[in-house]
Amino acid sequence: MASAPAAPPSPAPVPAPRSSRGRSTLYRGTEGMWSWVLHRITGVGLFLFLLVHVLDTAMVRVSPEVYNDVIGTYKTPIMGVMEAGLVAAVIFHAFNGIRIILVDFLAKGPRYQRVMFWVVIGLTVVLMAGFLPRHLGNVFGGGH
Amino acid sequence: MTKLDATDLPAPRARRTTALRGGANTELIAWLFMRISGVILLVLVFGHLFVNLMVGDGVHAIDFAFVGGKWSEPFWQVWDLLMLWLAMIHGTNGVRTIINDYAERTGTRLVLKSLLYLAFVVTVVMGTLVIFTFDPCPPGSPADLLPSFCAA
Ligand code: HEM
Repeated sequence: MASAPAAPPSPAPVPAPRSSRGRSTLYRGTEGMWSWVLHRITGVGLFLFLLVHVLDTAMVRVSPEVYNDVIGTYKTPIMGVMEAGLVAAVIFHAFNGIRIILVDFLAKGPRYQRVMFWVVIGLTVVLMAGFLPRHLGNVFGGGH
Repeated sequence: MTKLDATDLPAPRARRTTALRGGANTELIAWLFMRISGVILLVLVFGHLFVNLMVGDGVHAIDFAFVGGKWSEPFWQVWDLLMLWLAMIHGTNGVRTIINDYAERTGTRLVLKSLLYLAFVVTVVMGTLVIFTFDPCPPGSPADLLPSFCAA
């Protein structure tokens, strides 16, 4: 029985580089990029709020009545929810800022940047879990 | 093998980058400042939020009497002054970086940065004056809006 000549070994399929992760670069779409995007957006948001917040606080120099009126708008439900967003923004920005500093200064910082991003998210969630019931209770639960 | 050194390469966009940012030394100081101020701000801002939003009735407790009570203590005056200055310098420098990143035309950068620095000066001067010229017991105001120590 004549056997067919052995077929040349077919080359093992070579995966496209990093195709298993479905990424075209090491950076785009990864934790590294999103931490940068979030840091930038929260930074600008906090800065703009800070300008408004110094102005509303300056109303204490006008009169107690005017200050109380202006600050009263912070106690409405819509503002209460926006405040919660601002608090989440500072918490993320602050912890991610520490992450950036550790990446810059620790020899092993860059190696752990991805883990540290998830630690930042975790800490933000934990602090917000402590803050939200208290704050939303104050905003929606009456008082005034 | 011929040795290449960086000076053989034409500087890309040399004309633009000269106007873009401060010198190497200025940028190093700015970079360091962002990190040092960031660590201090974490303490100042978290303390501020905790005392104003978590303790007692949170936002509901904030009114003229509450602010008057805090700023009658030098401790909170210094706390808030430091927070104001550090956050404003940190934020202004951060936004300056972002303007440098996205505003490509010299004119656009000039306009945006002028507005930024104007906002910086106005906010810092106003905030500083408010902290130090504040009167917790303004004459002629109804006593129930004032801190309790005004009655004494
Ligand atoms: C609470 C503690 C804070 C920490 C630990 C922190 C930390 C940092 C760090 C490390 C950077 C990176 C600088 C760089 O990449 O060279 C940064 C950028 C920035 N921060 Fe903060 N920060 C804090 C609070 C604030 C506040 C209150 C504001 C607003 C007034 C703010 C606005 C910004 C802005 C606009 C940037 C630039 C973002 C960018 O270039 O993409 N930060 N911060």
